[in-house]
Amino acid sequence: MSLKKRIIPCLDIKDGRTVKGINFVGLRDAGDPVELAKQYAAQGADELCFLDITATIEKRDTLVPLVREIAAVLNIPFTVGGGINDVALAKEIIKAGADKIAINSAAVKRPELISELAAELGSQCVVVAVDTKEIAINDQQIPHQVRNDKNQNSTNIVTPDEAKPSFDGLTINKVFVAGGRVETELETISWCQEIERLGAGEILLTSMDHDGTKNGFALKLTDTISRKLNIPIIASGGGGTSAHFEELFKDTEASAGLAASIFHFGELPVPELKKQLITAGVAVRN
Amino acid sequence: MIAIVKYNAGNIGSVTNALNRLGIKNKVTDDPEELKAADKVIFPGVGEAGTAMNYLRERGLDEVIKNLKQPVLGICLGMQLMCNHSEEGDTECLGIFNTTVKKFPTTAGMKVPHMGWNSLNTEVVNQQSTILQGLQPAADVYYVHSFYAEVCENTVAACDYILPFSSVLQKDNFYATQFHPEKSASIGEEILKNFISLP
Repeated sequence: MSLKKRIIPCLDIKDGRTVKGINFVGLRDAGDPVELAKQYAAQGADELCFLDITATIEKRDTLVPLVREIAAVLNIPFTVGGGINDVALAKEIIKAGADKIAINSAAVKRPELISELAAELGSQCVVVAVDTKEIAINDQQIPHQVRNDKNQNSTNIVTPDEAKPSFDGLTINKVFVAGGRVETELETISWCQEIERLGAGEILLTSMDHDGTKNGFALKLTDTISRKLNIPIIASGGGGTSAHFEELFKDTEASAGLAASIFHFGELPVPELKKQLITAGVAVRN
Repeated sequence: MIAIVKYNAGNIGSVTNALNRLGIKNKVTDDPEELKAADKVIFPGVGEAGTAMNYLRERGLDEVIKNLKQPVLGICLGMQLMCNHSEEGDTECLGIFNTTVKKFPTTAGMKVPHMGWNSLNTEVVNQQSTILQGLQPAADVYYVHSFYAEVCENTVAACDYILPFSSVLQKDNFYATQFHPEKSASIGEEILKNFISLP
């Protein structure tokens, strides 16, 4: 009797096909995103996320028709992201039937794009993906303004020991772009606040430190951001077991958990995950 | 034939897709004659209330929709436009349902938009409502909205988020859902089929 926590499988798409081996029993063509989408919907996934990692700049030729095909068969909402950098392409993708578009590097490069998309499509269609990594810092690297923040007890800086006079040995969460290859100047929590202020409807927060580890989500950071913001946060990176999803939903205000390989390889099928979450007292859609 | 009202709102294609999946013939149109002649009419939409009402008024579609005699199903913004008034852009709406559309109050720990799967509140679900026939109690459906319609005498199902609001409204030949049946998996398909099967 409440808003349910969402489970979102994520599929990487390259040239119209899913990448990474996907291992579904009885699937005729494991590389066909349309077949996979149907399968996940039937399994009870709450939403799907498609990230196009095609290297070419001209995505319209492959991505837009694919979105149209997925929209024709899918009876749950889905998000499309990957290299969307202008309002025109975003509009085409929404018109083709996607419920939301996700932007990442383009938003860092030109934050006003978030507001433009929200004005054109409505906030509920605009997801901003944030790739974050914890970076060790020392006093020399700290900009003056951040030092002042610390004096005002800013929670944006990890301070295991409040009495510690130095930043040496501490960490800061930084935003990365270009598929996690390029570090930016942005501090993650302030960037998320800026994203909300600019009118995004949702944030997809991927912890690069946790991604691929299957050791659990970045709980502390997700908790901090999800409490500071009033828009939903989708947590991504590190979900390996149902216990990881349970702690994500119990220890943070995250609205959704996203994962890829654990679902694709059948390690933790969506129905099994949901069954275990319900047993653990987490409200998910049955 | 099912007519889908064409206007300046998003998400119309999703309704077409859902009807196509159910094998139901449909046509997106803003032609008043086609709307009047259709067996049933769906009034979908995602967007801003003021802009949408202006568009409908300029084309005389407000009067057309209000005076339809066949079953009409409003979805999301479509439903809100069928109410008396919306706080969104301080907009006078169609006045079919006797209720007001308001913005969710800011509440600690409660995200807005209300986005995701939430249940139809069984205590307020009217089992007699034909479009809800056969549904499990507390069935989950997919919502995306920042404004809500207050519970009123036309409410046949409510939902609780921040406060109780109208999830399904019904009056005479007019039906409406705040959630998106076209995105609500098999439950949504049941509701669409119930609507399509109305006499």
